[in-house]
Amino acid sequence: MRKGRIIIEVDRCKGCLLCIAACKPKQIKISKKMNKTGYNIVEFCDEGKCNACTLCGIICPDAAIEVIEIIETEKK
Amino acid sequence: MTSDNKKAFIKGNHAVVEAALDAGCRFYAGYPITPQNEIPEFMSKRMPEVGGTFIQAESELISVNMVFGAVAAGARAMTTSSSPGISLMQEGISYMAGCELPGVLVNVMRGGPGLGNIQPSQSDYFQAVKPGHGDFRMITLAPSSIQEMYDLTFDAFDLADKYRNPVMILADGLLGQLMENVELKRDRKPLYLNTPKPWALTGAKGRDGQRILSLLMQPGVLEKHNFKLKEKYDLITKTEKRFELSGMENNPDYLIAAFGTVGRISKGTIRLLKQDGINTGLFRPITVWPYPYEALKEAAKNVKKIFVFEMNLGQMVEDVRLAVEDSSKIEFYGRPGGGVPTAEELYNFIKGKVG
Amino acid sequence: MSTEKTIYKKPTSLTDRPFTYCWGCGHSTIHKLIAEIVDELGIRETIIGVAPVGCAVFAYDFWNFDVTEAAHGRAPVVATAIKRVHPGKTVFCYQGDGDLASIGMAEIIHTANRGENITVIFINNTNYGMTGGQLAPTSLIGQVTTTSPNGRDVKNYGYPIRVSELLAQFEGVKYLERVKVTDAVSVIKAKKVIKKAFMNQINGVGFSMVEVLASCPANWRKDPIESNEMIDGEISKYYQVGVIKDVK
Repeated sequence: MRKGRIIIEVDRCKGCLLCIAACKPKQIKISKKMNKTGYNIVEFCDEGKCNACTLCGIICPDAAIEVIEIIETEKK
Repeated sequence: MTSDNKKAFIKGNHAVVEAALDAGCRFYAGYPITPQNEIPEFMSKRMPEVGGTFIQAESELISVNMVFGAVAAGARAMTTSSSPGISLMQEGISYMAGCELPGVLVNVMRGGPGLGNIQPSQSDYFQAVKPGHGDFRMITLAPSSIQEMYDLTFDAFDLADKYRNPVMILADGLLGQLMENVELKRDRKPLYLNTPKPWALTGAKGRDGQRILSLLMQPGVLEKHNFKLKEKYDLITKTEKRFELSGMENNPDYLIAAFGTVGRISKGTIRLLKQDGINTGLFRPITVWPYPYEALKEAAKNVKKIFVFEMNLGQMVEDVRLAVEDSSKIEFYGRPGGGVPTAEELYNFIKGKVG
Repeated sequence: MSTEKTIYKKPTSLTDRPFTYCWGCGHSTIHKLIAEIVDELGIRETIIGVAPVGCAVFAYDFWNFDVTEAAHGRAPVVATAIKRVHPGKTVFCYQGDGDLASIGMAEIIHTANRGENITVIFINNTNYGMTGGQLAPTSLIGQVTTTSPNGRDVKNYGYPIRVSELLAQFEGVKYLERVKVTDAVSVIKAKKVIKKAFMNQINGVGFSMVEVLASCPANWRKDPIESNEMIDGEISKYYQVGVIKDVK
């Protein structure tokens, strides 16, 4: 399985929850944090289940999500 | 057509086309309306000859907004119309003023209000010198001969670029249709034609994107923008006033103030008065905005009366009142709704007042 | 050991300014897609946009390429003039349904009929968003808006206009497709369609318009997910998604 993580740009996020609906492994949740515009933002759960599918980024209207793929280069 | 100076016996509407092309106008959009139809007709033939764009717009709103787009893209562009069409164009004129875009418009005025008629008129003086919505000014040039139709149209493009402001030629149906000998100044060099327009939208090559806009929502920003525009209008007012003043060397008892076609007719009136031994001066503003108040004030100082003649019910006369200290000296005579006064008619009016 | 690779991020043709549109607004998604396409086609330095009057009047705050405003409804003729002056540049106008389908109907029809080689992005969210959710020509029958408090009654307000179908009859029109952006799959599809509309212009094909069914959660009084469900349901029943015209 691909592995990944996402970075949410706090001041672009409006907490519209579309990314949460799009995320199959349920790795995004609404947070209690508020950004400077007053939106309750979402946050990445970071439970190692993100598969870098980018669907959260694609559906995010506000271009607030950066998706990073983690590529294992050396197995121990 | 040659590149030499050339005399031509042409209509005013035709002169507008030649002047625009000689001034480097390469985009024209217009919609048919009498009495200016020869302009889009001539333009549809001449513009492609010089490699420019002619579009027959589907409304005056479309033509003026096409001019907005063309000048935003950095071209010299023009539209033309007549009174009811100019009413529609006020939208685009205001936007161009707000965005500081150098569009050129020609108004070949006809009778109004409403659909009015197709006779010559000067009833759009107000909508030229007090145009559209919002606090702005439009440079307005009022020709009174076919040579001036040519010269002032050429000037309009230079002034528009010089100040990044819309400029209107305020002509009328008579000037549009009249034929006279005109010297076409093929070797006249347009000013500012090759001056870079860094504000124009040409693609953001090597830079961030830039905007052309009049929407300034943040508190205070629009107010500041308006003050900036005012500085420009003040500079235009200081620099660009133009007028014709004649007959003052004879210390005339009377002065006629008239613009455009009526300014021209008034010259005949002055000749008739001369035969009666009455010396009369003529004050003919060429820029009706900015209005040459000081020159008129000076000219009016020692005359007994100022006769203001217009083809409307009294529009420029308001500016004459602002210029002249003693407005009891002002006598107005106007012909609305397409009425064109004769020299004799104006002569009789003056004789009726001065005995 | 592992390395990291960014595989999705904000396109560079967007400025750093966060969108000021409401949460879940369709405009945001389409702005982003256009910026992604501009990046992918490498046309940031040669594209010129025309913004409408309406919510997207602020589009120029968000795209880092040349953009002009236009008076309400006049964007297609402003774009026409810019394209005629700069035939080598990519010129598009971006309009909402109040702007394009109501006050600007004459402008879009004649621009389409002249077959101007421009790209039009038409955002249909079935109401006037900027002014607070009034009835638009595109509002659905029965739709409650601030100026149709009892729902759109055809006796009073007439029928919703299908602009894309209307424009399809003009010879000058080469490409029309209606899309939605309600989930990742439809967003990917919408991006392909919009990209094609831009490619058509670059390849000289001619007038191309993409109608995007967009949500307006704030004025619809729904959350973004419910809003997208409404598009997937009744809105796309009336405004069917798909190719309306594609002249090869």
